[in-house]
Amino acid sequence: MNEMNEVRKPPVATTGIIGWLRINLFFNWTNSLITLFVIYCLYHFIPWILDWTIFSADFKYNFLGEQITNQEMCSRNLDPENGGACWAVIYVRFYQFIYGFYPKVEVWRVNVAYVMLALALLPLLYANLPYRKYFLYFTYIFPVIAYFLLNGGFGFAEVSTNKWGGLLVTLVLGCTGIALAFPIGIMLALGRRSKLPVISMMCTLFIEFIRGVPLITLLFFGMVMLPLFLPEGIDMDGLVRVLVAVTLFQSAYMAEVIRGGLQAIPPGQYEAAKSLGMSYWRMNLLIILPQAIRISIPPIVNTSIGLFKDTTLVIIVGILDLLGIGRGTLADTNWLGLSYEIYFFVSLVFFIFTFGMSRYSLYLEKKLKTGINMGAD
Amino acid sequence: MKKLLSIFAVVAFAFSAHAGTLDDVKNRGFLKCGVTTGLAGFAAPDDSGEWAGLDADMCRAVAVAVFGDRSKVEFITTTGKSRFPTLASGEVDMLARNTTWTISRDVNLGFEFVGVNFYDGQGFMVPSALGVSSATELDGATVCIQTGTTTELNLADFFRLNGISYEALPIETNDEGKENLFAGRCDVYTTDASGLSSTRAAASNPDKWKVLPEIISKEPLGPLVRHGDHQWGDVVRWSLNAMIIAEELGVTSENVDAQMSSNVPEVLRLLGVEGNYGEMLELSNDWAYQIIKQIGNYSESYEANVGPDTPLEIARGLNALWTQGGILYAPPFR
Repeated sequence: MNEMNEVRKPPVATTGIIGWLRINLFFNWTNSLITLFVIYCLYHFIPWILDWTIFSADFKYNFLGEQITNQEMCSRNLDPENGGACWAVIYVRFYQFIYGFYPKVEVWRVNVAYVMLALALLPLLYANLPYRKYFLYFTYIFPVIAYFLLNGGFGFAEVSTNKWGGLLVTLVLGCTGIALAFPIGIMLALGRRSKLPVISMMCTLFIEFIRGVPLITLLFFGMVMLPLFLPEGIDMDGLVRVLVAVTLFQSAYMAEVIRGGLQAIPPGQYEAAKSLGMSYWRMNLLIILPQAIRISIPPIVNTSIGLFKDTTLVIIVGILDLLGIGRGTLADTNWLGLSYEIYFFVSLVFFIFTFGMSRYSLYLEKKLKTGINMGAD
Repeated sequence: MKKLLSIFAVVAFAFSAHAGTLDDVKNRGFLKCGVTTGLAGFAAPDDSGEWAGLDADMCRAVAVAVFGDRSKVEFITTTGKSRFPTLASGEVDMLARNTTWTISRDVNLGFEFVGVNFYDGQGFMVPSALGVSSATELDGATVCIQTGTTTELNLADFFRLNGISYEALPIETNDEGKENLFAGRCDVYTTDASGLSSTRAAASNPDKWKVLPEIISKEPLGPLVRHGDHQWGDVVRWSLNAMIIAEELGVTSENVDAQMSSNVPEVLRLLGVEGNYGEMLELSNDWAYQIIKQIGNYSESYEANVGPDTPLEIARGLNALWTQGGILYAPPFR
């Protein structure tokens, strides 16, 4: 009788590693073929990329033990047989990649701003942060602090934005664009759905106009046309002009994303809010928007990632962001021909930021359970 | 509203009735000079973030002429498309952005080219292994060519004139041309000679590639300023000329102090020992001395940035002095 009560284990082929492999990689013959093909590719690709990026690469010294100061000293140029990547160019130019042409004596200000940015993001990223309320206050005033810290004023020497560059410009453009576009986008989305014809028409016109032209066109407009309209001598900072263009562009897209979320809210929610006697703003702030934004998280992150990468277009108007600094480095006769290294590095930095953003959105989706039924039935 | 508009009009008037560019620059305390976003040998940031190159030296020379200090210059990066509006709107005081001097830019766009600091022209690059020594031997070759440019038209003209045929491989960017040539998809790559030199220098083994001697178009590159401000135009023009004249007279950054007691009258005039040419330009009398002392003469700038000893290895060619087989020529300093 005892034997009958014993729990029988499931077949070996359906549990553990073997089971996982069977279900995920070798489910049927097409699946198995693709798996084998991918393994074959990885087998050839991974050793090669590891060798090129790490094992055969120069980091600071070449294979003769000399410190590398120009491309001719890279192992791969001294001896084409054995050379991997020549990361020395990144090592030597690291300052420029991160800070642009920011004066060295003032660079601590950028570092402080970077640390403060991380602190300001903390309460937004983690809802369970202790003393979150106080951190949030800091987040609200951070843009003002950052402005004076980076640009100067209040006893700080002025550093013209012409000296900014590299990651600094990329982050300033990306963060400002995303942060400002969010509230503007919400207003535009509400405006477009407004029952007041003037407001609705103006918002629709704005959104359709901005969405109808490429970002480059807006950048050119800001950079090239705007100064011609302004009276001579009134100088609008180049970076500000680009920021305005980027923010306008991003708000139009954000508005449509949020409008998508608004459309998905069942009319019952509006009716319920109104029947409780809520005003338009209270209804939107307390009932509609929290739900609409929650279901819009994936597209919001999507357009934000898009914008972050689009900031590289500013090279066209002569602002040297991370990619621009990379190209400038390639134009230095000391570093001609190291395009693989530089583009690899720049894409790696962009990947780290965009991947972080997409991971964070997944975490948010899980936490807020965006997939749940919203009470439509 | 009306009040606001009138204030606006007054402000606009106050700014439009401003003094000349030279006074603006002096009041501001530094020069704003438009350069490229990075072009090997002409303007590119070096490891310490300082702009270097032939065009960057041009900017610095003007800053030295005005302030006697090579650091009193702010470099504004411009692209091929943004350079002209940037100059027209007054965001920069001058452009030194390897810009070809053409009639339409000089006349129609309302700019003034004040001289030529580099004579460029369209050339050809081939693999050394092809065994070709002249472009006229390129019959039947596949040519990598940027579409929609004047280089395309120049190429067609050149081959037609010489009665030989070619096959075009259209490309969009310089990088694409480089990759195609290095991969052997075309036999010849044609673009401006300075561009060919930097492409060649970027190759893993530059000796495998060869720039042919033929130059088939005129591309005089020079600094430019806004039309109508002749005083400022003169300052930029003579800053360039001073460097060329210094080379002609053998005055270098090293011997310039010794040359102060030279017995050649033009050297003494150039260095401000005699005459009051600085005053005429509303500059200090030692402006040219400072340019030569801090930047060097034209030859020194050329050799340091694009010359045969740099990775670009561009021979002087047309850019040699008129006395040495080139066409570099500055009006007399008197």
